[in-house]
This record gives sequence, structure tokens and C-alpha cells, in this order.
Amino acid sequence: MELKVVETPKEQGGCSASSCGGSADQLAHLPEAIREKVKNHPCYSEQAHHHYARMHVAVAPACNIQCHYCNRKYDCANESRPGVVSELLTPEQAVKKTLAVAANIPQMTVLGIAGPGDPLANPERTLATFRALSEQAPDIKLCVSTNGLALPELVDELCQHNIDHVTITINCVDPDVGAKIYPWIFWQGRRIRGRKAAEILIAQQQKGLEMLTARGVLVKVNSVMIPGVNDEHLKEVSKVVKAKGAFLHNVMPLIAEAEHGTFYGVMGQRSPDAAELQALQDACAGDMNMMRHCRQCRADAVGMLGEDRGDEFTLEKIEAMEIDYAAAMERRAEVHARIEAERAEQERAKASGGNVAFVSLDSLRARPQTPKALIAVSTQGGGVVNQHFGHAREFLVYEASANGVRFIGPRRVDAYCSGDDTCGEAETTLQRTIKVLEGCAGVLSAKIGLPPWEALEAVGIQPSGEYAWEPIEEAVAAFYQELLKGGHLDQRDERTREVA
Amino acid sequence: MALKIIESCVNCWACEPLCPSGAIFEARPHFIIDPKRCTECEGDHAQPQCAEICPIEGAILNSFGEPVNPPGSLTGIPPHRLAEAMAEIRAR
Repeated sequence: MELKVVETPKEQGGCSASSCGGSADQLAHLPEAIREKVKNHPCYSEQAHHHYARMHVAVAPACNIQCHYCNRKYDCANESRPGVVSELLTPEQAVKKTLAVAANIPQMTVLGIAGPGDPLANPERTLATFRALSEQAPDIKLCVSTNGLALPELVDELCQHNIDHVTITINCVDPDVGAKIYPWIFWQGRRIRGRKAAEILIAQQQKGLEMLTARGVLVKVNSVMIPGVNDEHLKEVSKVVKAKGAFLHNVMPLIAEAEHGTFYGVMGQRSPDAAELQALQDACAGDMNMMRHCRQCRADAVGMLGEDRGDEFTLEKIEAMEIDYAAAMERRAEVHARIEAERAEQERAKASGGNVAFVSLDSLRARPQTPKALIAVSTQGGGVVNQHFGHAREFLVYEASANGVRFIGPRRVDAYCSGDDTCGEAETTLQRTIKVLEGCAGVLSAKIGLPPWEALEAVGIQPSGEYAWEPIEEAVAAFYQELLKGGHLDQRDERTREVA
Repeated sequence: MALKIIESCVNCWACEPLCPSGAIFEARPHFIIDPKRCTECEGDHAQPQCAEICPIEGAILNSFGEPVNPPGSLTGIPPHRLAEAMAEIRAR
């Protein structure tokens, strides 16, 4: 008897398709209507993020709360994380920029407003942008991301503007935990501090979540994992928000560096490492559909997740562009149809076992301790292994085992800073890359040069360029078999099991 | 009697819509308060609204020229810790 390694055999148990994001379809358990809504949304569908792009417009500078991981003074062109932008736009400029990007990057399906402050603390600017875009660009999905404090009073207005996706950042449901994350909120004309502030914020977030789901709006919940502050508590958060109808939970790692001037950065609060993040995501996955491909974008990011083409669409450049949006919409529809045809083809190939590696059940039984292995992939989109190792700014990490292949998450080489030597980074890019790949058994790229190849082998990471242009999950499954047969996973057993 | 916005303002717009006297204006390099219009919110609010929402310590001064939100009061970072961290970064 043979078994496809990309599938999860039922008797293995422990990891149902609905809760274990990243296997064939992490959204498989959702009703058809919701799947239809998210199937080309790069932030909500792990599969879609290989094919479609998103953009944020920075129209919302004001904020009504303070979070310990945020510093409102900070702006750096080399920085890529939430809350950071290069230029603030008026709603009119934001509409023009959106149309320009949509015309030039036809894969762009989603426009979000995420800051740099809180979009709902700037209701006029945020709603004016949505109003104009729902009229002028009906083929773009509109999303908003909020801390939730002003959400209940704005739910009905949001629903009027064709917004069917909302993200709420919920870091806690316990005010005692909240008091360690939020130093203050601005509420009804007063700055309120401590536990009371957290109590109000939590109540507003939960109320907003309930109101949105009652109106059929899709809600994703973002949580920042802060070791020692809310890491254990987030399992409870996951349960609560799922019970209230959130359809996706995105646990993101804290970003904290003293350079950012944030409370956590200056006070030495550490960020979680990749293994800790994965363990918490797995623990929450028992209760909820987890998202693992988040890139924690800037509030003015443009392009595929993990890339930022904002420089091509500065105010100066878009002013000079002539856009025929009717023509652009036709072209966009053609591009989207082509992408969907490619995705259907990849699905068919997978279903018919075209590129799937096979492993006999007998051989698995003979090896009850078949190890799990993390395999990194460099890709520039399309769902295939198609990026040169040296060009990779990030790697997608998959876990392969006898149970199949599942997506674990992205790891960024630039680690939130793409600055050159002037930033004080003494490490070379190769050293940084190898550090980022820690815990991985192998790495798949379209091509790998000899010096990095040798450096990777020296630290026990097996590189390969043999799977260039192959679909990622199939390539990972086949490479896993290759590593297993070659004995590469034997000596790694102990270490990888800790991680996996 | 008036409040004043100084250069550490980050132009975040949070204060402007809250002012009951229409005294706050967008300007470059930073927002400004018209001292003739500013009432420090007396008669309208218990606390001056601009200073109550402003996220930047020291960006708004009272009529004595003192910061309404002194160092450490909003971020919770003790000023000596911030000074140490900044000195360490400069030394790298």
C-alpha cells in the first residue's frame, strides 16, 4: 500500500485539516461563501499569498491608545514593520495611489488602511478613502485594521462602504495582562491609564468583534506574542475570539529593539524566537484556524507579501501617471483569470499525484520515529521554487514529516531592517541568512552559488537547486524523502524534534 | 493663557479635531496653536484635550512653558533608562 505524503492520513490524528494551517488548504473548513471571499486575499489565504498582492495607504496618522511595542516618533526608510511610513496621504492622494498601483500591479486585489495610527481614530479620512474607492474601483477588496477602541460606534458605517474584512488587534482578554501592554487610552475626552484603560479597551474590542460577525463581516484577530507577558494567555484569547466568530487568528512575534525607542525595546523585553512562535501557534491551532504567513507589513506597503514596491509609487511619481482605470480593470480581470487557471492546474496536478512523492506505509511503520524536518524555500511568487538563494529576502519554512507537509511561517533575512553598513550591522548577508535558517534541515532555491552552498553544508543545512520551478509543497515532500533516504535527518533527529 | 505645540510634534493630527476652540492648525514643520483662540479648554473640558491625547512627551507646553506631559509620563520609560539606551546605541 502506498500513501501520498502530501496528504494527512486520518489514522495519524492530532492534526485535522481545519486547524492545521498551511497544508493543502488551511481554509477548507470554512463555508463556501467565506472561502469565495478570501480565496484571492493574500493576507487571509496562505495559498493566495503566492499569487496576489496587497497595498496599504497611510491616511490615518492619529491614534487613540498607546501600545508598549509602538513609538509614534519613529520613521525610517529601512524599517519594515507596522506603524512605520514614509509619507502621509490625504484621502484624494490615497485614491490616486491605489488606482495607480492597481493599474501597474494587476495582481493587487486588496487595499487596506492600517495606520500609521489607528484607522478608526481618523474616521473622516479613513471613510472618505473607502467611499471613493468603493465607487471608483469596485474590483478591489477593502480592508481595515484597528485596535478596536472606536470600533463599535463605526461598525455600521464601515458596512456601508463595501468593507467585508476587518482585522482587530487583540492582545489580551484579561485587564491585568492588558495593563502590562497598554500604558494609556484616550477615552471620552480623558487619558485613562492602567487596568481601567485595559478594561475599557477589551470591552470595546469584544463588542466590536461581536457586532461585526453578527453582520456577516469577516474578522481576523491579530495578536502580538510578548514572552512572559501574554504568551500563555493568547491560548485563552484564541478560544474566546473563535467562540465569538473570528475566522482567523494571526499570532505575530513582538518586534522590540532599543533603536525603535519603544517601551519594550528600551526596557529589554525580548522577542520570541521562531520555535517559540511556532509552538504557540500550534497550541492555539487546536482551537482555531491559524495564520502563519503574515509579514507584519508597514502601513504603506505595496506589492506581494514580503516585498515592498512603495518606492515606485511615491506622491511625485503618481502625480505624473495617467490612469485609464476602465482599461486597467479589463486587464486586471484577464490577469486574475490567468492566475486562477494556473492555480486550478496546480491543484489538478496535485490531485492526480503528478509531482507527488510516494512513500510506502510499510516503510513508515518500520520507522516509527520518522523525524520531522524543517525545510526552507526561496520563492518570488506563483507557488513554485523560483528564487535564487542569494536574492532571497525571506524564506518560507515548511515542516515535512510522515504526516505530510505543512506551512510553518516566513523568516525574514533582513530581520526588519534592510539598512546597509551605516546601520551598524557588521554581519554579512550570508551570515545573517544562515542564522535565519537555524533549525532547518535543508533549503530549496532555484539556484545556489558555491560559497553559500559550502557554508550551509558546514552548519548541517542541506541545500538543493534540483527542484527549481516545481510547486513548493510537492518539492518539499520530495526533498524530504531525499534527505531521509540520504540519512541527513538521522543525526538531526534530536534537535529538530525539539523545534517541531 | 494658552498651550503651545513645539518642534517635537510628529504631525499626527490627533489633537486638531478635538480642540473646542478651533485653535489648532496644520502647519510646517509642525502643528501650531493660535494663542489668541486657545482657552486651555476651560469651560469645555476638565483637561485640555490636545495635551490629553498627544502621544509625544514634551510636545505641548503649558502657559509657564512646562511640558504638560513630562518625560516618562506617557511611554512609562524612566528617563534614565532611555538615556542609557540611547548612549549605548550611539557608542556602537
